[in-house]
Amino acid sequence: MSLRLSLVGLAAGLAFAAASPVLAAEAGPKPPAQSWSFSGPFGKFDQAQLQRGFKVAKEVCASCHAMSLIRFRNLSQPGGPGFTPSQVAALAATYTNIKDGPNESGEMFERPGRPADAFPAPFPNEQAARAANGGAYPPPIDMLAKARTYTRGFPTFIFDIFTQYQENGPDYIVALLTGYKDPPKDFPPLLPGQNYNTYMPGHLIAMPKPLNDGQVEYPKGPDGKSPVPETVEQYAKDVTAFMMWMAEPHLEARKRLGFQVMLFLALFAGLLYFTKKKIWSRLPEHASTH
Amino acid sequence: MSGHSTYQPKTGIERWLDARLPIVRLMHDSAVSYPVPRNLNLLWTFGGILVFMLVAQIITGVILAMHYTPNATMAFNSVEHIMRDVNFGWLLRYLHSNGASMFFVAVYIHIFRGLYYGSYKAPREVLWILGVIIFLLMMATAFMGYVLPWGQMSFWGATVITNLFSALPVIGETIVTFLWGGYSVDNPTLNRFFSLHFLLPFMIAGVVVLHIWALHHVGQNNPTGVEVKDVKKDTVPFTPYATIKDLFGMVCFMLVFAWFVFYQPNFMGHADNYIPANPASTPAHIVPEWYFLPFYAILRAIPDKLGGVIAMGGAIVILAFLPWIDTSKVKSMTYRPIARQFFWMFVLVCIGLGYLGAMPADEPYVTLSRILTVMYFGYFVALALIGIFERPAQLPTSIADSVLGGSGARLAHATASEPQAKG
Repeated sequence: MSLRLSLVGLAAGLAFAAASPVLAAEAGPKPPAQSWSFSGPFGKFDQAQLQRGFKVAKEVCASCHAMSLIRFRNLSQPGGPGFTPSQVAALAATYTNIKDGPNESGEMFERPGRPADAFPAPFPNEQAARAANGGAYPPPIDMLAKARTYTRGFPTFIFDIFTQYQENGPDYIVALLTGYKDPPKDFPPLLPGQNYNTYMPGHLIAMPKPLNDGQVEYPKGPDGKSPVPETVEQYAKDVTAFMMWMAEPHLEARKRLGFQVMLFLALFAGLLYFTKKKIWSRLPEHASTH
Repeated sequence: MSGHSTYQPKTGIERWLDARLPIVRLMHDSAVSYPVPRNLNLLWTFGGILVFMLVAQIITGVILAMHYTPNATMAFNSVEHIMRDVNFGWLLRYLHSNGASMFFVAVYIHIFRGLYYGSYKAPREVLWILGVIIFLLMMATAFMGYVLPWGQMSFWGATVITNLFSALPVIGETIVTFLWGGYSVDNPTLNRFFSLHFLLPFMIAGVVVLHIWALHHVGQNNPTGVEVKDVKKDTVPFTPYATIKDLFGMVCFMLVFAWFVFYQPNFMGHADNYIPANPASTPAHIVPEWYFLPFYAILRAIPDKLGGVIAMGGAIVILAFLPWIDTSKVKSMTYRPIARQFFWMFVLVCIGLGYLGAMPADEPYVTLSRILTVMYFGYFVALALIGIFERPAQLPTSIADSVLGGSGARLAHATASEPQAKG
């Protein structure tokens, strides 16, 4: 027991003593700030962008990454990509091998997907995912927009309270998805399964460059062309917006209610201020000022 | 300071109840006619704000507990279930997690207010010590609450902090095993932390009752630090004067609270806690919640583990001895020209330690942490010494004098016509 305790202690000690300077030293450049439709106090998701982002996520990301916190029905709920319930039901039904059961004879069986089902994961478990990806685990992407960040530093993080900057995660993800470059000349040679990325801490990432120009076909406008370019930059922004929605599906409702609450509290505070002044003016030390 | 009760039961039912259980009288005496110094500034509203925060945390927490699952394999997803599927679950959860932070914002302002105006001095020593106990209970509650979402920071924060107890000689490892319910942070740890996280707020509420009882027995301190000499001249009835002022302060505080809940709900959290706990993968940088950072910096400043734990614990426990450490008879720093400068230095030291607690254990941060740790404890040494030679400024003769600049006679006449019990 004593050995175990010291080992855990050692691990914990190493964690905050040794690993953090490594991170600090190897952290990449700061991701550039993108403009997001969902930033700021009145932010809303861009439905067309979420639909495009969902297409990228489904056709590219979902072959390795799970997004099982999302259920098909979420895709038609308010504040989301705005698919219709029938579109969602049709989409769910295209997944024909949803495992269910046991049935009356005690057998597990497969059936087509329903809107209430979670988005099927590409691998049954982490070990299977690692085995298929050269030992690296593709993390679920449903929470990633909130689970990734970068250091803002002093005093920027204080200004962020007032500017409401909180898109650290999305900015980092866009930078990462578009940050695949050839390593600099003095960089140690890459091993098999390693890729160079400008924005990954330590620059080594197991995920190969996931997006390429023209890889995903976007819905066409009336002129027969996609209204947005089919480029890596656009794919990265769209899929990241979709990831932000997956991480925070009630973001629009939160900001909308927030404005109402702030307005109410500000008015209430104003009324209380004058009520307080009125009541305290009965006292002689305040009477002279009225 | 309560004096005799001014409660007059008006209806038959009130008279009947008053003869059997004088609960209405108790409420009247403590929230209506209770005399408060007339010169309290807005910093005195934070006591009321803290009561509001405790109640808000208990209400949101009890509802969250209806939807949360304290199991190592299900806890993370049950929090996401609250965020996604429970009606207004995102609001409850963000109110509760940001509420913890705002609770600490309020308690730190409350503590520094007490430090500045000497609210710990006689006859308020017990009141102050009860406050230190509440602060310790709050820290335990907040720490265990942060473990419940079972993210990476929950798990590794719990591992680092519970491990600190293993530094204690003889009993240390037994305590750690007892905290863990096994030989590492795991499902039994999560279960007992959930249970204790539910229990402790009610213990806080109990100590808060004692805190308020002590307060109402000795009466409030005030910005001059001069005790109430004449209740008629120096005080006003709690209702409506303090009630409306507290309410105004509370709503202003709620504006700040709402800003974070609705617009920056994850600002005070850590991104890594949105990654499910994984005992096999240590995060690059384990940091506690912001309100523990100054104490975390003190812990890491001492090269020896046991020494660090003692310093960190001592940094809190020393507050309880402050009434006897500070040798000055003058309460308010307003009249203490030298001590006042040390006070503001102490505030900066605490903020600096908070910043260093968030930095990696690397140079120059380690050296700076050591310097600031010495300065932190140096403040208490300074208070012991300054009181001996400092020449305080002239104190006002009474609270009424400080408000009206000496024309106490006019004041006395005016207040005599003021009905004592309002509302």
